[in-house]
Amino acid sequence: MRALLRRLGVYVLAAWVAITVSFLLPRVVPGNPVAGAIARAQSSGICNAYCIKAIEEQLGFNIHTSIWTQYVQYLGNLVHGNLGFSWSENANVTSLILSYLPWTLGLLGVATILSFLAGTVIGVVMAWRRGSLVEWLLPAATFFQAIPYFFLALVLVLIFGQTGSILHWFPSLYGYDIYGVDPGMNLPYIGSVLQHAVLPAATVILASMGGFILSMRNQMVTTMDEDFVLVARAKGLRNSRVVWYAARNALLPCVSNFSVAISLVVAGQILVEIVFNYPGIGYHLYGALGALDYTLVQGIFVVITLVVLAANLLADVVYVLIDPRARQEA
Amino acid sequence: MTINTPTIAESTPAMGPTTRGARAIRLPRSPKVIAGVVILIVFALVAIIGGWIAPYSPNLTNESWVQHVLVAGTGPGTHIPADYYPLPLPPSPSHWLGTTVFAQDVWSQLLVSTQATVAVGLLAAAMSTVLSIIVGVTAGYLGGGADEGLSLVGNVFLAIPGLPLLIVLADYVPSAGTSIFLVSLIIAITAWAYSSRVLRAQTLSLRNRDFVEAARVSGEGRFRIIVVEVLPNLIPIVAASFLFTTLYAIGAYVAISFLGLAGSPTSSPPGLWNWGNMLRETFASDAVRGGWWWWWLPPGLCIAVLGTGLALLNFGIDEFINPRLRAEGLSRKAARRLGITRRPKLGLTPVVRRPALKVDTTTHELGTP
Repeated sequence: MRALLRRLGVYVLAAWVAITVSFLLPRVVPGNPVAGAIARAQSSGICNAYCIKAIEEQLGFNIHTSIWTQYVQYLGNLVHGNLGFSWSENANVTSLILSYLPWTLGLLGVATILSFLAGTVIGVVMAWRRGSLVEWLLPAATFFQAIPYFFLALVLVLIFGQTGSILHWFPSLYGYDIYGVDPGMNLPYIGSVLQHAVLPAATVILASMGGFILSMRNQMVTTMDEDFVLVARAKGLRNSRVVWYAARNALLPCVSNFSVAISLVVAGQILVEIVFNYPGIGYHLYGALGALDYTLVQGIFVVITLVVLAANLLADVVYVLIDPRARQEA
Repeated sequence: MTINTPTIAESTPAMGPTTRGARAIRLPRSPKVIAGVVILIVFALVAIIGGWIAPYSPNLTNESWVQHVLVAGTGPGTHIPADYYPLPLPPSPSHWLGTTVFAQDVWSQLLVSTQATVAVGLLAAAMSTVLSIIVGVTAGYLGGGADEGLSLVGNVFLAIPGLPLLIVLADYVPSAGTSIFLVSLIIAITAWAYSSRVLRAQTLSLRNRDFVEAARVSGEGRFRIIVVEVLPNLIPIVAASFLFTTLYAIGAYVAISFLGLAGSPTSSPPGLWNWGNMLRETFASDAVRGGWWWWWLPPGLCIAVLGTGLALLNFGIDEFINPRLRAEGLSRKAARRLGITRRPKLGLTPVVRRPALKVDTTTHELGTP
């Protein structure tokens, strides 16, 4: 329990750092983000004097309160779930992000879990059958690991996407058929969502699996040299059982490295969403960047950080559950 | 890209106090390592001379380099004045990789872009490595409160997702894209934590070895012990994390360029030509839907191939650090010649110290040190 609490402390601190960074950046960076934001908002014709004042207040300009007061106010707003107002979308940032979040979390969750499971199994097989044909997967995994997610997404669109030029199997734009179905709990909508998720999920899985394969394989190779595996073997246990023992132990470091992996997967998925116009957080981050909507950018940054921290915490809990040593300590 | 050096933290380097001057990393001469080195050399060369051998300036536009297609319903026979839209040209002898929709030469852009991409990758990795050595080794060697504090900072940075932080930083420093130094610095800030954690763990295990103890007893200063006794033994790990960080930095640079945060070459002040910017332009022009593969495939493939090269070289270093990973540097035939079975054999992973030379068959049967 103590170890878990310690990790929780780190995450709370990380969240605080991220929040503070997003508060301080517009206030300490040279140059005036307000001018750019106002120009942008005015070009879309909705920025009157009140709008200018609102923008200035959000970015901390021309208001005659100390930065400390602003900071306290900012934190207070956050606690109440208020992330400010987005002028490009003309809506509350919190409600906007809540509407993006299911798309991102759904894709991220399913893709990461599938990729982790498949990658781990392949890594085990690769370590076990070293020197066999499976070994040829190694360079392939390396190659996929080195490809940027969004580039892989473009390649998949080219080959399988309906906007591509070869197979036209899967839809490659938007989260569902925005012309053909009504969002809601109806079958055509759900079918359409699933269909549209195929290519983005495939991209994230393919691009992230290489890393899981390689790390599991290396761990497994190292673990298979341990004495306990030799003992298991000498006792005459079935091969599958011996592999299971080794794999269980090799898995531990992989789970504890999950935090590095997940933040790379999240980074990759942001770009994948952009390629597919998939209506999650990443795609809207792209839009917010283009519209110089700093409030929305910051809100998304804070929320992505919180999501990643939550995933880390989840991985830590899983670690405690599967590692008897950690469990004993806890 | 994902973590590819996870074994480092757990494995002990196969070396003790080495004799001075003989600390070069002897990489296993496997095909993987050779391929990795060759790829890196080629890209390094292109990065250096790319600007000179490029046939055209990457910004040069030429009306005759695109095909002008009449917009339907305009021009002769209608009341509307003729309107044309441009179509890029496929590869030809005069344009090896065809042209862009902006009537520019793709091959020239690719060559010129190599420089900034590789430079940012290396510089950011160098900065991040220096930072991670300072933090990681200090934390590991000093221990106590300093360790607690530095590790906490590292863990916090590790927990905050890198790219989103990078996006926010780059978004507020719009001039970052115009300077290799600035953009590298920003990337390095988000990249050092993982290496620092690995280095700390290793320093921790080195700290109590006899040779360090001996140096301490003989009255050497703390700084001298770190630099002369500890650091040289961390070189393989530093090298591995340098390669890993280069891979990450290139990915990060390409990603923020793709998002348009590193300045475009046509904006003012002009950003640097890099593969991410090329991909951004292709994406904004819908090159995939247009079927203009010659424009968008090359920069992406370059990233992938360069990244593969870095990762392959990393395998070599991994195998150097962790001998258990080493045996598959052998070809099937070579292994048989040396009398090593490559079947899975528990507890008896074949280990070969110098694959090219004769191996004493008794040592590898005994397992690893």
